[in-house]
Amino acid sequence: MSIDKDTAAKVAKLARIRVEDADLPALAEEFNAVLGFIEQLSEVDVEGVEPMVSVTPMRLPRRVDEVTDGGQQAKVLANAPDAREGFFAVPKVVE
Amino acid sequence: MAELNKMTIAAARDALRKGDVTSAELTEACLSEIDSAGALNAFVHHTPEIARAQAAAADARIKAGDAPDMCGIPLGIKDLFCTKGVPSQAASNILKGFKPEYESTVTSQLFDAGAVMLGKLNMDEFAMGSSNETSAYGNAVNPWRRGNDDSALTPGGSSGGSASAVAADLCLAATGTDTGGSIRQPAAFTGITGIKPTYGRVSRWGVVAFASSLDQAGPMTKDVRDAAIMLEAMCGHDAKDSTSADLAVPNFEAMLTGDIKGKTIGIPREYRMDGMPEEIEKLWAEGTEMLKAAGAKIVDISLPHTKYALPAYYVIAPAEASSNLARYDGVRYGHRAKLAAGDGITEMYEKTRAEGFGHEVQRRVMVGTYVLSAGFYDAYYNRARKVRTLIKRDFETVFADGIDAILTPTTPSAAFGLGEMSDADPIAMYLNDVFTVTVNLAGLPGIAVPTGVDKRGLPLGLQLIGRPWEEGDLLNTAYALEQAAGFVAKPRKWW
Repeated sequence: MSIDKDTAAKVAKLARIRVEDADLPALAEEFNAVLGFIEQLSEVDVEGVEPMVSVTPMRLPRRVDEVTDGGQQAKVLANAPDAREGFFAVPKVVE
Repeated sequence: MAELNKMTIAAARDALRKGDVTSAELTEACLSEIDSAGALNAFVHHTPEIARAQAAAADARIKAGDAPDMCGIPLGIKDLFCTKGVPSQAASNILKGFKPEYESTVTSQLFDAGAVMLGKLNMDEFAMGSSNETSAYGNAVNPWRRGNDDSALTPGGSSGGSASAVAADLCLAATGTDTGGSIRQPAAFTGITGIKPTYGRVSRWGVVAFASSLDQAGPMTKDVRDAAIMLEAMCGHDAKDSTSADLAVPNFEAMLTGDIKGKTIGIPREYRMDGMPEEIEKLWAEGTEMLKAAGAKIVDISLPHTKYALPAYYVIAPAEASSNLARYDGVRYGHRAKLAAGDGITEMYEKTRAEGFGHEVQRRVMVGTYVLSAGFYDAYYNRARKVRTLIKRDFETVFADGIDAILTPTTPSAAFGLGEMSDADPIAMYLNDVFTVTVNLAGLPGIAVPTGVDKRGLPLGLQLIGRPWEEGDLLNTAYALEQAAGFVAKPRKWW
């Protein structure tokens, strides 16, 4: 399976990373090197093998359903590139 | 007392308790070494005010007579750990200016035990790399050089700053993190000791996430005893990390008897790679002999799926990274790109992430996106997770057959030159982790111990892999190996 320029553009779009058109062929080539390497996995007989979910046998712990945190608006917003009136500010989303 | 910065944790602890030295003196010695070691680019954020305040508090506590082992010990902290009010940017431009409002569990535990933070340490961006060359801060430099050749060598990665700082005696020890070998490979490249504990031993809360099912933090130290002392302080159950194990933490140092009589050590035949340098073969054979001479039984073993560990890793780790790094969107923290007139939220995401992430991080996020995308999820991601099950099963089988620990080389070579791999394809760099990555995939503890030098005088290390949760036994085997190897070489100071 070889990745072409269009697939590379699609992946970049899905990952929300801007890649200039001129850089797409080189990117596709890098993808192909990595994918060629991981292609080896197709040699392995995985018939009947469960995909690993957790590396150590553990049950996800549950806690009592109660409020344990909150009231930290200023701290939550402290690192925002643009925060106004107690909210994160972003460019217009809806026309 | 001369050259306090060169002390081990154990020696400093004993001297502090006897009143022979103060934490303030140890801290000043380290701060002054750091100031004159700019050429190593190991420390990237300096926190002398915090260090001095913590040292004063530690001295008061020691005087009061009730101080834990880590009390008053000056440390470097990898930039991946969130430290309250101190830049924590995972060596990425996308987190430029980020100052956490909270403290990671690991650093909280260390500071509660009285440890002193000297500053934050260089690393590969988001811990993605094996040479510290993907850092937004520039390269960290290995204090070791090839004989009289003064070309700059990599300290390894991703915990390159940690390794460089400990090897150059800028601090007594440092924190590291290990997703595919990022504690053990740099430890081997710089002649120090580093342990990656069992997955779940150390809380990941407040550690910037790379691949959550593989990431573990651990200590990087001057010897095995220090690794035991510092690991104990970092371990423990944490309700804030749902994968943290609710298990008692033993006194690891008390388990260092050096007696390994009757232990069974496995030598995996699949780790003998084609084209492996003769020096690595020799080091491995010598290490095997040392353990045998100490009374261990040596057994040849097979871990048949070893060959598929790196390919599985390069599906699973990028997949998890693409998900974890989705949070860097220019909204809540870190960098936001300057937008052009008419740009909407999609342009904001795309420009922010293109500007903020370096090349290797972008590539891995996109590879991860691809292997998780509709139509490829089964062929790549699910298949890799099945192979991961088989890799873990390989280890379970040999442990069930009575193997106590497994001895392998840590790396396929000694430290290479900075820039030497820049023209190679990404796979050549990935091969650095060929001996370490299996351990992360299987969730096992692994430790790198320096045992020799190559013909150009560069350090080389061996890796011991232990049974899950048996870090104490693993550290004791490492201690026996360390005693037998008697590695004492230090880099000549040029910086």
